[in-house]
Amino acid sequence: MTCEIFSLELVEVADGQECLNPVAAQHFETCLRCQAELAQYKKLLRALASLRGQLLPADQRLVEDIIEALRPPGTVHRLHRMAGGNRKAAYIGGIAAAATAGAAGAIVLATRLASRHRLAS
Amino acid sequence: MDSKRTDELIAEAKEGDHRAFEELVHETYADTYTLAYRLVGDEEDARDVVQETYLRAHKGLKKFRGDAQLSTWLHRITANCASTYLGRRGKHRHDSLDDEIEIADETPRLDPVHQADIGDLRNHLVEALMQLPPKLRAVVVLRDIYDLSHESIAEQLDISESAAKVRLHRARKRLRERLYPLGEERAHAV
Repeated sequence: MTCEIFSLELVEVADGQECLNPVAAQHFETCLRCQAELAQYKKLLRALASLRGQLLPADQRLVEDIIEALRPPGTVHRLHRMAGGNRKAAYIGGIAAAATAGAAGAIVLATRLASRHRLAS
Repeated sequence: MDSKRTDELIAEAKEGDHRAFEELVHETYADTYTLAYRLVGDEEDARDVVQETYLRAHKGLKKFRGDAQLSTWLHRITANCASTYLGRRGKHRHDSLDDEIEIADETPRLDPVHQADIGDLRNHLVEALMQLPPKLRAVVVLRDIYDLSHESIAEQLDISESAAKVRLHRARKRLRERLYPLGEERAHAV
């Protein structure tokens, strides 16, 4: 029963913000149960603090959604400096491919026109 | 990212540079998402909370004086958004906001011998955290993982400081009881 009375104090003592009052301290010195409980709280708090460094995986789509939501209405979509790197490469690649296809088409067209002129003359 | 670069980006974003703010989002979203998930306990809800957090951060950036770190400032906003979100969600799912709800222990009792390792304990802890009612979980997450002050927690969750402390005690007690079953305590009793 005595342990139950001091239980609440142990929770506060565990994170180092409070000290046990003299009566509780006297009980604590001889009570293995309370000592074990305090040790468990300290272990628990260390484990909780260690979760701070753990990041959960969030997908890239989330960033895009956030940025989309932040963009003022009517703004032309821009390429992002960081996550947009792959998109930028794909975009440049697409332009290059289109330009190459266009140039090839022009050459074919020019060749056909030239051969028609030759046949006509 | 170093703090100098962060400060530069904040200054640029305050001047209205959207790209600077976007870069800040890229740098911080994983941390913000992690906190949001720990508070609301659901992936989709966490995504909504994160979006709302950055909308509010973007709106209120000019008020950010740099007294606290950017991450701490974002944590406060996330906590506030999550609290609002849970409040709204609670209207549809009443039980999710009841911090007196009894949680059924569905996991087998843990053998203390196997809990010696902090890594092992951490895994069980994550599970136990998710089993806590959202109101209790929010306080223990913000205080014991993200190190927010009682005052700040109370402000963001819109509760009194003493209520925040009471919830923290309850949350810690429940977590301890879950991770260290009574049998072990009795074994240690004089």
